[in-house]
Amino acid sequence: MWDYTDKVKEHFLNPRNVGDIQDADAIGEVGSLACGDALKLFLKLDDKKERIVDAKFQTFGCGSAIASSSALTEMIKGKTLDEALGITNQEIADFLGGLPEEKMHCSVMGQEALEVAIAKYRGHAVPSHSHDHLHDEQEGEIVCKCFGLTDGFLRKVIAQNRLHTAEQVTHFTKAGGACGGCIPKIKELIAEVLGEQVEEARKKPEKLTNLRKMQLIQDVLEKEIRPQLWADGGDLELVDIDGPKVQIAFRKACAGCVSSGYTAKFVEQKLRDLVSSDITVEEVEG
Amino acid sequence: MNEIYLDNNATTKVDEAVFEEMRPYFCELYGNPSSMHFFGGQVQKKVDEARSRVAALLGAAPEEIIFTACGTESDNAAIRSAIEAFPEKRHIITTRVEHPAVLTLCRNLTKKGYRVTELGVDGEGRLDLEELKRVIDDDTAIVSVMYANNETGVVFPIEEIGAIVKERGALFHTDAVQAVGKIPLDMAASTVDMLSLSGHKLHAPKGIGALYLRRGVPFRPFLVGGHQEKNRRAGTEATSSIIALGKACELAAQYMEEENTRVKALRDRLERELMALIPNARINGGSAPRLPNTLSIAFEFVEGELILLYLSEKVICASSGSACTSGSLEPSHVLRAMGVPFTCAHGSIRFSLSRFTTDEEIDTVIRELPPIIRRGREMSPFGREFLASAG
Repeated sequence: MWDYTDKVKEHFLNPRNVGDIQDADAIGEVGSLACGDALKLFLKLDDKKERIVDAKFQTFGCGSAIASSSALTEMIKGKTLDEALGITNQEIADFLGGLPEEKMHCSVMGQEALEVAIAKYRGHAVPSHSHDHLHDEQEGEIVCKCFGLTDGFLRKVIAQNRLHTAEQVTHFTKAGGACGGCIPKIKELIAEVLGEQVEEARKKPEKLTNLRKMQLIQDVLEKEIRPQLWADGGDLELVDIDGPKVQIAFRKACAGCVSSGYTAKFVEQKLRDLVSSDITVEEVEG
Repeated sequence: MNEIYLDNNATTKVDEAVFEEMRPYFCELYGNPSSMHFFGGQVQKKVDEARSRVAALLGAAPEEIIFTACGTESDNAAIRSAIEAFPEKRHIITTRVEHPAVLTLCRNLTKKGYRVTELGVDGEGRLDLEELKRVIDDDTAIVSVMYANNETGVVFPIEEIGAIVKERGALFHTDAVQAVGKIPLDMAASTVDMLSLSGHKLHAPKGIGALYLRRGVPFRPFLVGGHQEKNRRAGTEATSSIIALGKACELAAQYMEEENTRVKALRDRLERELMALIPNARINGGSAPRLPNTLSIAFEFVEGELILLYLSEKVICASSGSACTSGSLEPSHVLRAMGVPFTCAHGSIRFSLSRFTTDEEIDTVIRELPPIIRRGREMSPFGREFLASAG
């Protein structure tokens, strides 16, 4: 059984704001019956059309989907549209005292519905991610065909929640959770997004101090390289850093793997790309 | 808490008579059956008795019973044994609706170069035996087909399948974890070579299973080491659990008629009344032969986990084929293989009864479930459209 917090239970047993608003200013719909969850969000604005004075929802989904919808409607009442747009899926989860990681996609669905509602109200293009097979106006490339999720949406969720593994991306967005065909593409997206983040961090210091370089090497190993090895059942450990020389030891499936030489080269290339071009990687027993 | 436990295909209550039977074999009669002293010898006698009791329920001979740790071990042992015993044969046949204990193993074996054919099922969960006839060949080492499906209760025509398998000289294994104790079996008159069963599905404790191995069928042990179980399964016998399983099998034989009359009538009443009270529901596998205790019922426009959580508030325990309960994101592989429409695949609930289920418990479910479904539909945008159109 899921380890739901008391607050989650309270919200799915007694959800707030279920229903509809007949003269709603904004309506956002995401999800579908086939996907297994869907949310329709109704917003009513004040006379100046700035603040949300009422919010209602209808949700098809599990306990945490109902609770996330209920939490979202409570959180946005009284907020301006821009304030509401600032709410992250993590804040929805936090409002509920946390969600099991496998259920984080429920909080993401809440955030999505809100974005769609506000974008439609403002006459903007509907955000490209709306995970709905029926929407034609999607932008971006569909990565997960089963749930109709685009690269733009996945990049955003990966960056916002600092997701490192394809499994986490599945838990947060459902992408890759059905046929699994897009998991390689998801891994590429993670590498790109987290690579960008590491690169941004790298650009700040003009010249790397030794300490900063060591931090960056560790950062890249933790966030960039090890998650990719985990995906194949492998792992590595950082043994030592001596100037530009990085010593690593392979673990699990990588230890004794015939292609560990290639893996070491891959690690070296990543570190050269993301940290410093003079790095050499050496595999040691340890 | 007086729970209403209708999840007996997941696990069952240990019968108190079973518990009493095993109780002395922890702190008092703890001897090792292999030991050369009276203290171990008396335990050996009880293990022998248990083996005879399990054999009697299956219509088998005692030496055809190998005790294992669980149904999964029995399944793994059977399939691995078959492919090791016939190394020149590289084809395995199973079905798309098997338990993961069989399906995951077979899919892993494809990575080792085995050809695996997964037979499909129709909308009612039935196999097409013509498909089996088409795909079985001289390269087929083993055919593994479950006796009864854990999610829908659909029972496969095991003897008809066995006749086809025997004609082509392959081994025939059946995962009968859900069937043993619920429907009568007679291995003496059967085409089955190997059969898996699990204790905790028939009121014995968790952690004990058995593999029926027909006399004369070649066998390669899964666990090697000591001489236990006639060198077919090494490891010191789980004496207390084996004794419990023996007692549970003896009781299952005694209650077999009740299971197929009183329990079946309760299931049928639950099914009939829920279908009458709740619109847009369907029975999964309703037209196929089914176990007497199982009801898989799908409700359109409402999600299964939510139904279970609301039922749980009423201390009613059931199970779901929905994606959200398992941590996976798709409805169960069984419902997908059956092509259950997507409007209700996410809203499937399984009730599985036992001989401990009472009339009053079924009354409670019939009273509590319809408002829960209505409430879930009122929350759901699709359900609201449906309710509005239904008036």
